Amino acid sequence: MENGYYLPMQRFLTREILSRQSEPPDKEELEIISFFRHERIKNPILFLGSASCGKVSGASKLHEEILEYLNIYGINGEIHEVGCIGLCSMEPLLDIQIPGKTRVSFAKVNSDNLTDILDGVFNNTIISDFVLGQYRSDFLEPWPHTPFIEELHFFKYQKRLILRNCGIISPGIIEEYIAKDGYRRFIKAIRTYAPEKVCSIIEESGLRGRGGSGYLTGQKWRAALTTADDQKYLICNADESDPGAFMDRAIMESDPHTVIEGMAIAAYAIGASRAILFMREEYKLAKERMQLALQQAKTYGILGEDIFKSGFNLTITIRTAPGAFILGEETALIACLEGKRANPRQKPPYPAQSGFQKKPTVVNNLKTLANIPLIMQNGPLWFRSIGTEESKGTKVFCLTGKTVNTGIIEVAMGTTLKEVIFIIGGGIPENIPFKAVHVGGPLGTALTEDKLDTALDYEGLRKVGANMGSGGLVVIDHNGCMLDLARFYMEFLQHESCGKCIPCREGTRRMTEILTSITKRPANESSHETLERFKGIMQLESLAGVIKETSQCGLGQNASNPVLSILQQFRTEVEEHIFDRNCKAGVCKELRVFFIDTDKCTGCTVCAKKCPTNAIIGTPTNPHFIVENKCIGCGICYETCKFVAIFVK
Amino acid sequence: MLFTIEVNNKQIKALKGETILSALNRNGISVPTLCYMPKLSPTGACRMCVVEIEGKSDLIPSCSFPVEEWMKIRTHSPRVIKARKTLVELLLANHPDDCLYCVRNTNCELQKLASEHNVRERRFHGRKSVLKLDQSCAPIVRDPSKCVLCGRCVRVCSEIIGVSTFEFTNKGIDTAVGTTYGKPLNLSNCITCGQCILECPTGALYEKESFSLLQETLHNTEIYPVIQCSPSVSVAIAEEYGIKAGKDFQGLLFAALRKIGFRKVYDTGFGNDINALNVATELADRIRNNEKLPMFNSCCPAWVKYAEQYLPELLPQLSQQRSPQQLMGRLIKQNLFTANSISPEKIFSVSVMPCTAKKFEAQRQEMTFNSVSDVDMVLTTRELAKLFRLNGIDFTAGESELADSPFGIKSTASRLYGISGGVAESVLRSLHFQLTGIEMPQVKVPKIRGLKARKDVRIQMGDFEVGVIAVSTVIQLQQVLKEIESGKSVYHLIEVMACPGGCINGGGQPFTKDENALTARMKAIYDSDEKDSVKSAHKNPGINEAMRLIIKELEGNETHNKFVATFEKRSVLL
Repeated sequence: MENGYYLPMQRFLTREILSRQSEPPDKEELEIISFFRHERIKNPILFLGSASCGKVSGASKLHEEILEYLNIYGINGEIHEVGCIGLCSMEPLLDIQIPGKTRVSFAKVNSDNLTDILDGVFNNTIISDFVLGQYRSDFLEPWPHTPFIEELHFFKYQKRLILRNCGIISPGIIEEYIAKDGYRRFIKAIRTYAPEKVCSIIEESGLRGRGGSGYLTGQKWRAALTTADDQKYLICNADESDPGAFMDRAIMESDPHTVIEGMAIAAYAIGASRAILFMREEYKLAKERMQLALQQAKTYGILGEDIFKSGFNLTITIRTAPGAFILGEETALIACLEGKRANPRQKPPYPAQSGFQKKPTVVNNLKTLANIPLIMQNGPLWFRSIGTEESKGTKVFCLTGKTVNTGIIEVAMGTTLKEVIFIIGGGIPENIPFKAVHVGGPLGTALTEDKLDTALDYEGLRKVGANMGSGGLVVIDHNGCMLDLARFYMEFLQHESCGKCIPCREGTRRMTEILTSITKRPANESSHETLERFKGIMQLESLAGVIKETSQCGLGQNASNPVLSILQQFRTEVEEHIFDRNCKAGVCKELRVFFIDTDKCTGCTVCAKKCPTNAIIGTPTNPHFIVENKCIGCGICYETCKFVAIFVK
Repeated sequence: MLFTIEVNNKQIKALKGETILSALNRNGISVPTLCYMPKLSPTGACRMCVVEIEGKSDLIPSCSFPVEEWMKIRTHSPRVIKARKTLVELLLANHPDDCLYCVRNTNCELQKLASEHNVRERRFHGRKSVLKLDQSCAPIVRDPSKCVLCGRCVRVCSEIIGVSTFEFTNKGIDTAVGTTYGKPLNLSNCITCGQCILECPTGALYEKESFSLLQETLHNTEIYPVIQCSPSVSVAIAEEYGIKAGKDFQGLLFAALRKIGFRKVYDTGFGNDINALNVATELADRIRNNEKLPMFNSCCPAWVKYAEQYLPELLPQLSQQRSPQQLMGRLIKQNLFTANSISPEKIFSVSVMPCTAKKFEAQRQEMTFNSVSDVDMVLTTRELAKLFRLNGIDFTAGESELADSPFGIKSTASRLYGISGGVAESVLRSLHFQLTGIEMPQVKVPKIRGLKARKDVRIQMGDFEVGVIAVSTVIQLQQVLKEIESGKSVYHLIEVMACPGGCINGGGQPFTKDENALTARMKAIYDSDEKDSVKSAHKNPGINEAMRLIIKELEGNETHNKFVATFEKRSVLL
């Protein structure tokens, strides 16, 4: 059966598996399933992590080198491009499965260690320096002295439901997805359930929108279902514009069929015969893979007219636009799809009543929809059993910043921040003390050490004044400056505001300016600038309040969160910036003060000559001295000193 | 369905389905607004109209939120006032502080909001957006740095006029209103109707003016300044002085213009008469020969520019007559030359129009004779009011005077040109005579009167059933053209006015917040149609003399096209 992925017979049988549903698969079909699950293989398979994260780490080059290696040694192996298992910091990942043995994963593979790894595996030994772990299998013999993937700290505390196939199956082979029970829930739904029933199941499961608002998905669907109209639309939002969030991209690149199946079930539940997958133009690879997946699904008759003789029609189209943060707002997204300027509008009417082309429309986040096949398979009660009282299921987070492991993780709702950062994330490198974690992207809030026991769910976060957002977690250690982070987010927001309402457009600009002024030295010492700056801070709070209560959409309403959070939790740090003009972390460049280590200074006078403000005084061959008031913190002396005598305080 | 809501501890009645703002306004409770436009769908951009509703954590924009039965609203609670004030302060923080030099000083909505909210200090400092002043367009100047991004010009241009010159560009703090590819206005598809100026709350859009040149000319003995005045000006100008709309000040206006120093004062109404008569003749010919129908009027320069840009295939169907302003301009210079031997270069011919597009028309290349413009300067109604103030003239005081001869006599039909449907009505009066040889039994055509955007009528004239439609704004025309194409309707004359309601609502008319101003202006014009006995252009006795002048010229030399308008395809960025 080798190299036989596209045999018509297998296609036929796979289609049989789909159409049969209730009866258990017969022997022949089991064989197909087993084949596509790679349970019994004849030739080695090499799984190369080829999502965007893998590709930028050099997977494309590795691909060629592996081919060359296989050619030289005459090994009849296949290379499968798989997606991302979430361990972005370990890319490129290469999994190798040789007949009879379990699949074993190697991290940070490069041209230097590739030959060693391949030599080892094909000679039945594993070089443990590079190994990440092996995948458990009932049918295959495990490698000795090699940890199982799921026992690694990074994976052990995760609950990978949406991400279950990511990095495991090939995104380009639909049969692999079907072999993992794919599409059967959808076929079952359209054949045996009324749309109303599907809505009830989702309502019962308690699934809430993963885009940030946390609105109950089932209720949203029902609103659209009960609105009578000849045409309805389902829109899957995969625009994903938070800086440092990339889970939608990873899911589309790694497991596109989950997205399609989720969309298909949702479309059926609301009675939409047309669905739109919206993603940002920059996601080239994701678009490519989604297009291929849609094509394959069409060939199987999973999309199109009268799907599996159920009478249900569905077309899914992919639409792209240059990414914009505001597109996270559903009305802005709809305007964008209609070819208008992406401005949010006042709700009501809600899109479920009047959305795309004035027709009932449901806009769901990609991660919300990715949950749907699982709920349909295992039932709402199973889903309710995961998570907390108010927040059910799991949540995907992007863990970035100062942790050992960074990447995409999925945990059950209610997992604490401590577990995520210190166990899954592996803590902070070099044992630098933890300072804060910024939850929820640009509209989010920074949480300090005392909030580390906060449970990651909608209510838990709300209690400490944060919100889930789209699930970004940025860990900051003691070398990070909170003011600088807040300023970064405010700068992002002032450019990503749609520019329509005054409070958001003008307010974010002024807040950014006030923050920036604090991270700088006063231009003129003689004026009462410290007082002015202090007044600025006082205004920040009142301004933030007005922006919050008068803005139209979520972006504006939450735009002041980063500022309010540092004012509340890092007041001393802010005050240090204002009164002492000191950034302890040394991040705010213009506040840096340089000192000369008199023991090291040889009095070469180079720094004194280079200093643009003549702040360095001293006589040749004697140690020099920096006049603090004159120093503008440009750092030229620091860079020019050959004797490492200048340091920052 | 009416229900009760509570506003400021008082019960008021609200209609199901209306917005909070509409319920408040109907009950005489006012809430400040900036981006709100009564006839259009609300955008809720400025947030100035926010109100506090019990049970809602955020403040709610009353212009775009539907009223509901349970609502308890407070329109001026401290929270609301603080929010509004902050919003004004934020706007001012990004607004050039040059009110005293601004064209809209004392007449600016932002200024009014700032004063209403008692803004007395600059709380927010920082960078202001610096954007380039666009003076490229003949009639309209755009100063984007004064723009508060309320989007009213964008909406009036796309939703009411139907041209979409302006659109929001960029995002975040760089958001600006701009034209296609940020090109200057003269290269854009702007038809210069000036409705955006009327909508603009600040001084971001205004007509181009050159008072110093005019002032100089008026006091230069070498030059002979003359002026013509459109009939739509006299019914509106008084509003600039706070006088209630609806009174006609034509006689007083003529007197005041002479006081300023114009040597001759003419009435453009005379040009209207000639235009109507010629259009009727042209139309009668076309109807008899059944060619180039339906015919379109060409007296609205904004519509002509639109046709040149968007409908070049229809250009042969436009009436080949010059607009009244240009016709008068030509006649004035020609007459003063033949009768008083004043050479055309010495004459400074000014016209006062309710229109900004006329400024564009006056500088069209074909509107010259021997390289001398027929009309040297066009003033809008607003500018004329400023001119009066500048010269310390109260035009409401004094005695009425008549316009100068030989163009002093006019029919009442000439006055109708100011209202959408009026051109068609005056043409019909003469057309009936042209086609049948007898006067129209009932000269009033009520079916094409009024402020409706689209009015049509069919009148039997001898053997012909003449179909006439009057549309105001090109967005209406687009609809009519579709119907004609599908064969649903047949018309002989299509009158297009670019501004909603016609010239009485032109882009050069006074700013008004009075909803009834337009109706009052219209009524004043219809009233004047009742007064005089000469009701049709062809019965104007003065025309014969003017026609003689025209014919003399036509026979006299090769420049026979002096009174004929030419149109050509105009390529702009659409």
